Amino acid sequence: MVENRPLLSVISHLILIFGVALIALPIWITFVAATHDEARMLQAPIPMLPGGYFWENFKQTLFGSGLSGTEIAPVWRMLGNSLAMALMISLGKISISLISAFAIVYFKFPFRMGFFWLIFITLMLPVEVRIMPTFQVVANLGMLNSYWGLSIPLIASATATFMFRQVFLTIPDEMLESARIDGASPMRFFWDILIPLSRTNIAALFVILFIYGWNQYLWPLLITTDADMTTIVMSIKQMLEASEQSPQWNIIMMTALLAMIPPIFVVISMQKLFVQGLTETDK
Amino acid sequence: MLKRVHFPTSVLPYLLVAPQIIVTLIFFIWPASQAMYQSMLIEDAFGLSTEFVWFENFQILAEDKHYYDTFWRTIIFSVCVAFLSMSVALFLAGFAERVVRGAMTYRTMLIWPYAVAPVLAGALWVFMFNPTLGIFPYLLEFIGYNWNHYLNGHQAMLLVILAAAWKQVAYNFLFYLAAMQSIPKSVIEASAIDGAGPVLRFRTIVLPLVSPTTFFLLVINAVYAFFDTFGIIHAVTQGGPAGATTILVYKVFNDGFVGLDLGGSAAQSVILMILVISMTVIQFRYVEKKVDY
Repeated sequence: MVENRPLLSVISHLILIFGVALIALPIWITFVAATHDEARMLQAPIPMLPGGYFWENFKQTLFGSGLSGTEIAPVWRMLGNSLAMALMISLGKISISLISAFAIVYFKFPFRMGFFWLIFITLMLPVEVRIMPTFQVVANLGMLNSYWGLSIPLIASATATFMFRQVFLTIPDEMLESARIDGASPMRFFWDILIPLSRTNIAALFVILFIYGWNQYLWPLLITTDADMTTIVMSIKQMLEASEQSPQWNIIMMTALLAMIPPIFVVISMQKLFVQGLTETDK
Repeated sequence: MLKRVHFPTSVLPYLLVAPQIIVTLIFFIWPASQAMYQSMLIEDAFGLSTEFVWFENFQILAEDKHYYDTFWRTIIFSVCVAFLSMSVALFLAGFAERVVRGAMTYRTMLIWPYAVAPVLAGALWVFMFNPTLGIFPYLLEFIGYNWNHYLNGHQAMLLVILAAAWKQVAYNFLFYLAAMQSIPKSVIEASAIDGAGPVLRFRTIVLPLVSPTTFFLLVINAVYAFFDTFGIIHAVTQGGPAGATTILVYKVFNDGFVGLDLGGSAAQSVILMILVISMTVIQFRYVEKKVDY
């Protein structure tokens, strides 16, 4: 605090509270919609205060038929698919980036820089710009409608490789020297020294990548045609389409809520790691 | 880049980079080169034969008025999203930096929209603005304004901008707050002693000192608006009404998977690739150096 201006402090708090409320408003409306019954959600204006149907909607969405009149998988199944995809993408990215950063920093071998640039290029080729051909490759490999198809094409990561490269470069050379004097093999050095030393970086990256994986939309939309493989994030769009015939907003919004809770929980509960991961991967 | 001390050359490093390189080659490099090749092919209407036409697809795009419109629409969309989300974030960060007590609590409560998937953000906003049920059309009715984004292209555009900006405020806020907290207190105190009030200090000290962050966020937000907002558009408007919210990425998807115009879609992909590459180069060349004043 530079100077004492009580009035300005009060105004600051008021504006921030207003900002928080404004940002939270869409979620609040979603939550409220998920606590009313179907009939109430068809009358304008929609309620602004929660009703008493939360558990009914919750049970119907998660274990029951979900949205009636559609052929989409049960919500618990889609949550499972999302979790599997998010974990495979985040853990896959972390492991292959760790080992390739290790190779690039700690070994001198022909084409080292060539490999480095090849990985760098992936940064410039987001899924969105190579939609059709990547789809064709995955189709030719018979990976449509599988967890492999959902995750493998997304696990190459230039940012993660760069980040680990940066982390390894800050580890003093003496570590390696003493490890080698003690007769440690490269993999031994990797497991017993590098991994423990980069533990927080791995955790921070995991938080970011889990959210990235969970929120994938375009890719699963393209390669899953089987209802059993749909992810929860994808299902919202199908429900919105179905809502034009039979709007069951209480169920749709409950599904949206269930789709948002895992990544939001991760951000809030691991806020410190989240912030670290965000600033490390983007700068 | 390489350690002064390193392990002797063996087959091991090749094995270590292999997974990453194989994935990169199969799912990145090969499809990208395929996109370039396909961008020079034209398929006949029945998909029976293809003809190699060099740059004709690009020529068609260059003469296509719709493509120009889409291009400008994407620029306008991106500028609006970046401006709206960055200014709200800067404004809130300015106040959050002031309050000593609770700054971190506010941060917690402002950053979580980052975790919401774009398509979900779209679903939330489309529900709030649903013409028959939504809360905002209901309120707007009182002032005699008729909201129906299914019919009105400008309203549809406004809605996707709001949804996209809402999601991005969290990210921008985080970076602005961090930038403001790293400004040395002595500078602020010195100017306060010289009699500069909070507004003057914000304008003449804080704003210039966070300008590297502003530049960095500008690039990040542009990339976000160009590529990551597909889900929002797909959920809220499907590019409509009458193409009023079709941005470049959406057009690639629509022409390729719905219209099945492979050559045209591939040519658009190549143009997008060039855009991403230039944005990445800008980010690395200028942001890495940190624009300092």
